[in-house]
Formats: sequence, structure tokens, C-alpha cells
Amino acid sequence: MRSTLLPPAGHDETRQRRGPVAWLLSSDPPRSWILSLVLLGIVACLVAAPFLFPGSQPLGTAAKICVFILLVASYDLLLGYTGIVSFAHTMFFGIGGYGIAIALERFGPSWESVAIGMVAALALSALLAAAIGLLSLRVRAIFFSMITLAVASAAAVLASQMSSVTGGEDGLSFQLPAELRPAFRPLAEPLFGITVNGRILAYYLIVAVTAVVFLLLLRIVNSPFGRVLQAIRENEFRAEALGYRVVAYRTVASVISALAATIAGGLMALWLRYNGPDTTLSFSIMIDILLMVVIGGMGTLYGAILGATLFVLAQSYLQVLMGAASEALAGIPLLPELVHPDRWLLWLGILFILSVYAFPGGIVGHLRKDPRP
Amino acid sequence: MSDAAAEATSAALPRARTDWLPLALVPVLALAALPLVGDLSAWVTLTLAGLAMGMMIFLMASGLTLVFGLMDIINFGHGVFISLGAYATLIVLGPLAGWASADSVTLNLALLLLCIAVAMGLTAVVGAVFERVIVRPVYGSHLKQILVTMGGLIVAEQAIHAIWGASPIPIPLPETLRGAFVVGDVVMERYRVVAVGIGLFVFAAMQLLLNRTRIGLLIRAGVENPEMVEALGYRIRRLFVSVFVAGSALAGLGGVMWAFYRQTLTAGMGMDVMVLVFIVIIVGGLGSVGGCFVGSILVALVANYVGFLAPKLALVSNILVMALVLIWRPQGLFPVARR
Repeated sequence: MRSTLLPPAGHDETRQRRGPVAWLLSSDPPRSWILSLVLLGIVACLVAAPFLFPGSQPLGTAAKICVFILLVASYDLLLGYTGIVSFAHTMFFGIGGYGIAIALERFGPSWESVAIGMVAALALSALLAAAIGLLSLRVRAIFFSMITLAVASAAAVLASQMSSVTGGEDGLSFQLPAELRPAFRPLAEPLFGITVNGRILAYYLIVAVTAVVFLLLLRIVNSPFGRVLQAIRENEFRAEALGYRVVAYRTVASVISALAATIAGGLMALWLRYNGPDTTLSFSIMIDILLMVVIGGMGTLYGAILGATLFVLAQSYLQVLMGAASEALAGIPLLPELVHPDRWLLWLGILFILSVYAFPGGIVGHLRKDPRP
Repeated sequence: MSDAAAEATSAALPRARTDWLPLALVPVLALAALPLVGDLSAWVTLTLAGLAMGMMIFLMASGLTLVFGLMDIINFGHGVFISLGAYATLIVLGPLAGWASADSVTLNLALLLLCIAVAMGLTAVVGAVFERVIVRPVYGSHLKQILVTMGGLIVAEQAIHAIWGASPIPIPLPETLRGAFVVGDVVMERYRVVAVGIGLFVFAAMQLLLNRTRIGLLIRAGVENPEMVEALGYRIRRLFVSVFVAGSALAGLGGVMWAFYRQTLTAGMGMDVMVLVFIVIIVGGLGSVGGCFVGSILVALVANYVGFLAPKLALVSNILVMALVLIWRPQGLFPVARR
């Protein structure tokens, strides 16, 4: 009986052949030349951003892209790999942000405060995610979506009401540890013509943490555990019949995803030196995440990189384009309203619906089907 | 002979027993809150206001739970029909602003009914389009339904912004519906009395339609076993669509009531109240109209009592109610047998 359960032959071959890159990517490369090139381009731009695009605004955009790559990748673990829709992802994002913000504000700007805040936030997120999962996933996956929506909105209200702890609607501003402040100069000489300061160090901290957690997530989805998640996504009943405890697997997946989102929230707060309901907790961020995952490609972590990059760039630059279009169409009824810069979500929403119908794999899925392997 | 046959059928088909336990929950809860609130007239005021609030939530939630029960479709875009119904009042209030400020009960109520008719008509048409364009291609896959209806919600909300503008719009409550009836120390807002009346009327109409008519029989049969209904020669698809349209129209009705209650219009108002709606249909049991009714009243009463006793916990109290109900009955108060 055991012999029929052996893994397919190809499995061992890949294991023997893999080099350091394959090891880093957990033997799950992008599998498409165009995709690899685009991804390499994005990663190279992000890594070299402080030197390629000097100035505080481009660096802010790059940092936001990094944080959202992590946030979207962690959401994809839930949506794309496990097949359940959560609306509480921003809650965990917010917990991470508030963890850092409250700790740094209360205990002063030191690395110990960062550690305390992060650990406390991670513990709270894990506890909440496990509680929500066990309460709602044991009946039907669809309860999970509705319950997470309710819990997330309660969390947002709670955060704005407990103003003595969270700063209410105003949020919390705080000081960073000395090494991350703009005044800090680690090098006496400018590097490639750019003066390296604490702000750039903070950026590289974000890039490094994002890279490590992203590769960790890639490892998780390609582990036996990740395979079980995909089996549950494809056929819940069958996975259960094979003896896998569906509720337990889904709950663990939602805890892992919540932890990664918490880390992303912490990074966001560290970069902004501020955390408030609008930057991490609002429902519109949840919708942004959904758009990024689906447009980038569900069930492929690389989709997170593409989706987050495209979306954040569109957020920053599409509105300028639409403003020009709106002015050009002035005088015609309703049309200028439809291309008004504030209506950019309308078009992304239509793109979203079309991608769910026509390209369930998003951009990445589309590129992978490319005839050239 | 006929007696024996009747006996045989009744033995084969035992009468469905009414589940009294969840029904008893509402009066028990209300009585338990009495000593906590302390003051009798405050308690009566809170309870009546809670009932009215519950009716409004029921109006908005009933369509969603029916659509889910019959079609196994979860519509996260339901909130947009609430918003749309609310904005539809502007179509009526524009030319007929005089009716709202007139000091005549007849004119005011006629205006309200006209608003409801227009809103229900508009949401029914948009519901039919929504079903055809957004929902039809994703029958059978919950994940895609959630995603696509969320997409529909984004697009529709943005469309409302494009048509009516992005800033909140104040709307006046008709003259004679303002203020409150005062009996002794008990205060009852007039508008809430109207809301209770309309809510009870809709609930009674739905119960009659579902339990006493042929189409209701088909809908209930469709909830239990759609394949069998189809095999017997009924076009279940057509039934599905009409229920979806009716559900959207009910959301529009709820939207009008909710709009006059809040007296401000925002495109996101439907999505804001959807949180309560989801809690209600989970508490009631997905697909159960009766459960939705009991759940609405339960949630609204708890929110009112907690809001009076500890205002900061009001929204969290709903989550707590939901958690307790799910621990007690994981499928909700009135589980629907199928699936």
C-alpha cells in the first residue's frame, strides 16, 4: 500500500538539481521569462531606490510598495492558497502599527520598545486570528468572511474610541530610535553621490524584513503544509476525507497570515513615524488589498509584488493622468465626472471584476500561460 | 378509511415543531435587562426604540438572507442597494419638497410611500442588471461571489459618487414624522412607530407569501432541494432571479427607512450598516427569514441596552452576542436544514 503513496518522480529530481537561487525561492521560480524580467526589474528598482530616485517622495512610494508587497503576499496565503476571504486583514495590519506606535510613544524611542511593541502585537494578532478562525471556520468558510468583516469594523471603532491609548482619530506620532532618524549619518562620505542617513537605513530595514518574510511565506506555501492548504482550496470535502483537519489547517493559515500582516503594519508605522485609523485600519485599505491580490494574481505570491507595485504607482500617478483626461472632456455631461481623478477606483473596480472573470490568475497567471516557457 | 390515511400521513410526516427556545430569548433578555436599567420608563423607551431599530435592520437583512437561502449566493454588494434606495429618495424629494414641509399627515405619509415605491422600483431594476452581469457568471463558487460582488460594490459606490456627488447630502424628515409621542415618562419617536409598522407589515407579508401561496411553496422547496424542484418541471432559474430582484427591492425599502432615520446620505451608508446585517443573518441562521426577524430584534435590543449601560461597548456587544449564539448553536438560532 505504501508504494502507491510515494511522491511523483519529478519531485526528487528538482530537489537534487536546485541551486542557491532555487533554494531561496523554495523551488518555486516565476516560470516565465517576461515575468522573471519584470520581477527582477521591480526588485532591483526597490533595492536601489534611494540612489536611483533621490528625494523623500519617491522613497516614500518605494517604502509603501515594500510594505504592501508583504501585506498583499500575506493576504494571498489566505485568499489564493487557502481559498477563504478575510476582511480583517487591516485589523492585523493596524495591530502591528499600533503595537509599534504605542510602545515607542510610551517607553521612549529605543530598540527595546520596538521589540516589545512588535512581540505584543504579534501575540495579540495570533490570539485574535485563532479565536476568529476557531469560532467561524468550524461551521462554514463563508461565515469567516462575514465575521471578519464585523470584527474588523468593531476593531476600527474600538481604536477610535479608546483615545487615551490609541490617540483616537488623531492617531499617534512618535520618535524613532536614533539610528533611524534623518539626522543619523553612518558614513562620513556620500555613497554614489547620496548622503546616507537614518531615513535610508529605515528604508533598507523595511526592504530586508519584507524580503525575509516574503521568502518565508514562499517556503510555507511550497511546504507540505502549503500543499494541504491548496488541496483544501480545491476540494474541501476530499481533503477532509483524506484525514486532514480542515478547520485546524485553515486556522493555522489565518494565524500565519495575520502575523505577517502585523509585521507589515509595524513596518508601515516605523516608516511613517505615525499610526492612525486612516493609515492602517480603514476599510478602504482592505479594498485596496483585495484589488492588489486579484489584479496581481491569486495563488501566486509573485502576484503580490506585481499587484502592489502597479497599484501604488497607479494611486500616485494615475490620478494625474485622469485629471488631464477630465479637463479634456469638460463640457460633455457625466463623462468628465467618470474620469474625474477621484473616480480612479471606479476603473480599478471594473478591472477587478474583469480579472475575476477572465483572468482568475491575474497578471502572473496570464504571463505564466505564455507559450514561451 | 380517510381517518386512517390521514393518520398514516401524519405519522410519516410529523408536524414540524416550532423551536420555541430562540423565540423565548427575546423576552427573557428584555426582562433580564430591566433590573440593570433600573428605571421602568427608561426601560420601556429603550425596548421600544430597540424594536424599531430591529425592524429597520430586518428590512435591510431579509432580502439578503432569502437570496442566500434560495440561491446559496452571498451578496457582499447588498449594501449598495441600501445606499441606492436611500439616494432614490432624492428623485422624489427634489420635485415634491413641498410635501415634506407640509403639516399634513396624509401628504407626509404619501411622500414616504412614494419614496419607497420609487426606491423599490429603482433597486429592483438595478438588482436585475446586477444579477445578470455580476452574479450569474459565478453561481456555485462562494469565493468568486464574494470577490465579484465586492467589485460590484466598489463600482456601484463610485457610480453613486459620480452621479450624486461625493459629499454627504442632508435630507429632511417629513414634518409630521418629527418629534415623539410622550405617554407618561415613556418617549417614543414618531418615525420609529412608522418603522415598526412597515417592518411588521413586510414580515407578515413575507410569512404569508412564503407559507400560504404556491410561489412561496416553490421558494421553500427550492431552499430545501433545488434539483428536485427543477426535475418536477419548474424553472428554478426564473424563481432565483425574481427572488434576487425582490431581495434588492427590500434592500431599497430598508435604505429609504434608514435614510430618513439618519437624515444624511453617503454612498458608504449601506456598507456601514452591512456589518449589522451580516451579524443578524449569522445570528438568525443563514437563509431563515424567521431567524433574521428574531436576530434583528435581539441584536438591536442588546445594542440599545448596552448603549445605555456602557456606551463604549455598543458595537462590541453585537460581536459578543454573535459569538455566544454561535457557541450555543453553530448554525445560528434557526438552522436551515440543507447543506
